[in-house]
Amino acid sequence: MLRGDHITVRYGEHTVVDDVSFQLEEGQWLMLAGPNGAGKSTLIEAIAGGAVYTGRIELGGKDIRSLKSGQLARKIGVLSQKNTVSYAYSVEEVVGLGRYAYRQGILSGGQDEDKEQVERALRLTGLEDLRRASMLTLSGGELQRVFLAQVFAQDPEILILDEPANHLDINYQQQIFSLIGDWLKTPGRAVLSVVHDLSLAKRCGSHAILLNNGKCEASGRIEDVLTPANLDRVYDMDVSAWMKGLLSQWL
Amino acid sequence: MKDARNLKRERLAPATYVLLAAVLLVTMILCVCAGSVRISPGDTVTAVWNTLWGKPVPENIAKNIILNVRLPRVLCVALSGASLSLCGAAMQGLLRNPLADGSTIGVSSGASLGALIAMATGFTLPGSAYGGVMVLAMLFAFGSLVLILSLAYALDRSLATNSIILIGVIYTMFISSIISLIITFSSEHVRSLNFWTLGSFSGVNYDQVKLLCLALIICGGILLHLGDELNAFAIGEDNARHVGVNVKRVKLIVLITISVLIGVCVSISGTVSFVGLVMPHIARMLVGPNHKRLLPASLFSGAIFLLLADLTARTLMSPVELSIGVVTSLVGAVAFVIIFYRTGKAG
Repeated sequence: MLRGDHITVRYGEHTVVDDVSFQLEEGQWLMLAGPNGAGKSTLIEAIAGGAVYTGRIELGGKDIRSLKSGQLARKIGVLSQKNTVSYAYSVEEVVGLGRYAYRQGILSGGQDEDKEQVERALRLTGLEDLRRASMLTLSGGELQRVFLAQVFAQDPEILILDEPANHLDINYQQQIFSLIGDWLKTPGRAVLSVVHDLSLAKRCGSHAILLNNGKCEASGRIEDVLTPANLDRVYDMDVSAWMKGLLSQWL
Repeated sequence: MKDARNLKRERLAPATYVLLAAVLLVTMILCVCAGSVRISPGDTVTAVWNTLWGKPVPENIAKNIILNVRLPRVLCVALSGASLSLCGAAMQGLLRNPLADGSTIGVSSGASLGALIAMATGFTLPGSAYGGVMVLAMLFAFGSLVLILSLAYALDRSLATNSIILIGVIYTMFISSIISLIITFSSEHVRSLNFWTLGSFSGVNYDQVKLLCLALIICGGILLHLGDELNAFAIGEDNARHVGVNVKRVKLIVLITISVLIGVCVSISGTVSFVGLVMPHIARMLVGPNHKRLLPASLFSGAIFLLLADLTARTLMSPVELSIGVVTSLVGAVAFVIIFYRTGKAG
């Protein structure tokens, strides 16, 4: 579905993503893992059209640079790490913006389809009762659910997530990841996400890419990539011992 | 299920527009009636109505004052107020910044400089007496906007509110000093236009009304058509790109449109500050932040506010006429502090 060949992103002299290739197929949840500054979020921005890169990214065999903004948005939905709102929009208005790519042009029509998709997204994320609530009154977890609903309303084939539950408490984390897991069950879909929590990556992901200093250290099935040897090398510490130590607090 | 956090404004929007339109009409009639020569509302309506339908105006009515002095001025003020308020609302959405406005980020000052340079150098366009003033005002408005945003971006890539306002203030001070220099070393004619830097609608005629009307129909039409895009920008530029907005194209269209509209306004009336800052906030309180409702409401509220400001400027110290910018700045500065305080608390 999505394929990146030799992607390189530079900010001035600094190379943030260095010759990274990847492939995402239907039904896969590809996890981008690695330490801070590894280039995970930048790689995602390159795919989402927010960073200039060299190399080639193909979506269904087509170079994504040849796609118009609306065409890309109908295929790829992006949920950012943290979303804030400055004005008192209602939940429904923000979710409804997810349909923007489908209603361009005066004769675009499709209003019933738009309403149906927005309703579906609100129902899926449990936001039906908050549809008229002001965005300024929502908690961090509720806000993130609204933006997830916006992405669901966008009805993309590929979902790209940049640490979607990073600053949320574990209850919301569980909610967000379950919702995404359910979304992925429909055929023709795939997920690419950045995660810092390696346990979460192992639990939800099917495949992974391990990045370090912008370079790809390992890629493939999650159990072959997130191995103690790979993680110890990339994070420069005994990752397994640290994780086991944390887990033992609960045993 | 009812929630205390629910918004009620959507149901109120149609009634709000009817109310705003009625208030605008009454304010316009009031503004034509008030002045050194008092005219009754009935005479005003009769004179305008009869002229519109080609009927003779009764001789006991001060037709000349109504139709040739006050009406063009009232129309110019209403159209300028609507234009400046619309530009402010669009800019606040595009930059996701509730303090953005032509006057706070220096665009109006830039347009003033352009207009003044055209006047000082006698720059004109063939076939148009003040075409040169207008074109330079538009170009300087756009140049100023690009310069200020580029500087703000270089300073802070998130284009934070405080960075833009800070650079806007510095830029405005810089431009003000250049304007003072030009006025000091220019002819008596240009020096006499000093009052114009504070804004004035004195002596406007129907040519300017037509020009403002044309600019507002074209530029306003473009901005009103971009309601969805401005909503997406108001939530965040990244979010706008993610939902499929062509951010570069939309940004360029909005910035050019705003520059043209502010340039036309400034070339006719000088710098009228704070209309674009304050009135979108009032409109937002009435109909919410959705630009599909906010932009039309901003048009009405801006027109009403500037009409009342012009009325105050004309009548407060009659027969002396104050610059309209003095009135809008007095009101706007207080509102600016309140909005800045509230934004700071929210942020």
